[in-house]
Amino acid sequence: MTEPRRQYARAFGGLMLRDTRVLVRNFAPFVTRTVMNPLLSVFVFAYVFPKIGQGMRGGGASGANFATILVPGLIAVAMVFQGIAAVALPLSMELGATREIEDRVLAPIPNWLVAVEKIVFGGIQGVVAGLAVFPLVYLVPATPVDVHVESWPLLIVVIALASLASGALGLALGTIVRPQHIGLMFAIVVVPMTFLGCVYYPWAALGPIRWLQIGVLVNPLVYMSEGLRAALTPGLPHMPAALFLLALTLAVLALSFAGVVAFRRRTID
Amino acid sequence: MTAAIRIEGLVKEYAGPPPVRALGGVDLEVMKGEVFGLLGPNGAGKTTTVGVCTTRVLPTAGRATVEGIDVVADPPRLRRSIGVVSQYNTLDRACTVRENLYYHCRYFGMTGAESAARADELLAQFQLTDRARSLPTQLSGGLAQRVQVARAIAHRPAVLFLDEPTAGLDPQSRLALWDLIEGMRDRGITVLLTTHYMDEADRLSDRVAIIDAGRVLVCDTPAALKRQVGAETVLELKLAGNADGLAETLARIPGVREAVPAEGGIRVMAASGEGLLPRVVEAAAPHGLRDVAVSEPTLETVFIQLTGKALRD
Ligand SMILES: Nc1ncnc2c1ncn2[C@@H]1O[C@H](COP(=O)(O)OP(=O)(O)O)[C@@H](O)[C@H]1O
Ligand SMILES: [Mg+2]
Repeated sequence: MTEPRRQYARAFGGLMLRDTRVLVRNFAPFVTRTVMNPLLSVFVFAYVFPKIGQGMRGGGASGANFATILVPGLIAVAMVFQGIAAVALPLSMELGATREIEDRVLAPIPNWLVAVEKIVFGGIQGVVAGLAVFPLVYLVPATPVDVHVESWPLLIVVIALASLASGALGLALGTIVRPQHIGLMFAIVVVPMTFLGCVYYPWAALGPIRWLQIGVLVNPLVYMSEGLRAALTPGLPHMPAALFLLALTLAVLALSFAGVVAFRRRTID
Repeated sequence: MTAAIRIEGLVKEYAGPPPVRALGGVDLEVMKGEVFGLLGPNGAGKTTTVGVCTTRVLPTAGRATVEGIDVVADPPRLRRSIGVVSQYNTLDRACTVRENLYYHCRYFGMTGAESAARADELLAQFQLTDRARSLPTQLSGGLAQRVQVARAIAHRPAVLFLDEPTAGLDPQSRLALWDLIEGMRDRGITVLLTTHYMDEADRLSDRVAIIDAGRVLVCDTPAALKRQVGAETVLELKLAGNADGLAETLARIPGVREAVPAEGGIRVMAASGEGLLPRVVEAAAPHGLRDVAVSEPTLETVFIQLTGKALRD
């Protein structure tokens, strides 16, 4: 490595250490926000509903139970939530009222790398959050879940791309959305994303509503859910791997680019 | 002496809307080891000037170099040579005082052990050791500012930028911070300090540039700037009545250089003429003279003479 590169790497490492320290200090809130949504989703959909006889079957002819369908979707949602809670919300504060980002912007490192660090760290938190969903979906449901990894390389690639996409989404939202509109962002972006993200149903099951099936393709969460479905519950219908891998890669690139550009605009006048 | 900061024809227009021309061609040269004051009212362009020198603001035209490094060409490299205390409290709220110092050192490439040692050294040096584990939100304004200065010099920069470092501080914290800034000079750190307090610029700076509406009006030592006023005594007259014709009357008194209307009365610039005060009072009495303040010229006087307005309003 040349000398400037080594210095950039050290500064980048320093930023990661700082974020790790803050995460460790706020571990209880981190766990709470990570676990709450999947816990309640699994509890209501895969424990309460089967017990009270509410039918929810997205698996169609495959005969898979609903808990199995939920697993990949809930992991994907947990990752996206992490991107927002770990990157977008703090960043919006640090760029706005408190201007806390200043010391990191003035670190001896190119501006875009400060933004990329946010993506990477948000992504790591996303992976942790995604993994935290597993024990829940095994322990809570009334019916057994049928999850098995057919291709580890595929799973690893999907999780890496999904977590980076979540971090990049967090960066883009945190830099583009004004702090006063953060509440609105949940209503306009986060809620539609999760409900229309093929979380509670496989994409193929949308066949009867063709316009919706096409429309949801703008939602990156669809590819995360479908990618995880392909990797974890290969018995369920899912998109072809080439499609979700390409779409996830494009999502990572586009969201990262938008986020890095907006970060620069917010920090350099 | 060589220049630590060199600014040539610096222009900055903020896109807006509405577009604002914050700097309209600024030239400045700050020498190594100097404490340099940039004095001007709100909106003069002080923060913008500091912003360009610290890589936070991109110039529209012109050039700035710090320690010989162009501010636009290689910002990461430049940042190794500068320390910045910005106008606002930008301490990392999620980290303790010690962690603010520690991680700053990590950003600048020190190892864990070096960073820990440097953080502890700074805590001791700035008398912050007992606040090491406090969060920034638990600190008073004066203490927070002290932490910001400690953080800014943690990586041993050659040039320190302080943007309105004492704005909003209580008098005691202000004095403490002045001592710190004087300590910087002793350590050979070049300091560019912005302020809208004329006494602060006067007391701390080797040289002062007065800036208004994006232009540097004058630049010299405080003593030379005050001499340039051309008066040894300034009399501020407060009147209850109207001032019609009084300025003309006063201007005819021997020793008076200038008499100009000012807030609530008239300002008289004079040589330190013996017996001047009684004659001025006599002339002003019919206009309802309430108060006379006698002083030597200050940098404020210089500013008023240059712009016709007060520094603070
Ligand atoms: N980010 C910005 N966008 C638009 N206008 C700005 C911005 N920052 C400063 N200005 C304007 O530029 C002028 C100079 O501002 P500034 O450099 O902050 O002055 P000072 O620090 O001397 O008070 C002011 O008119 C201010 O309103
Ligand atoms: Mg300012």
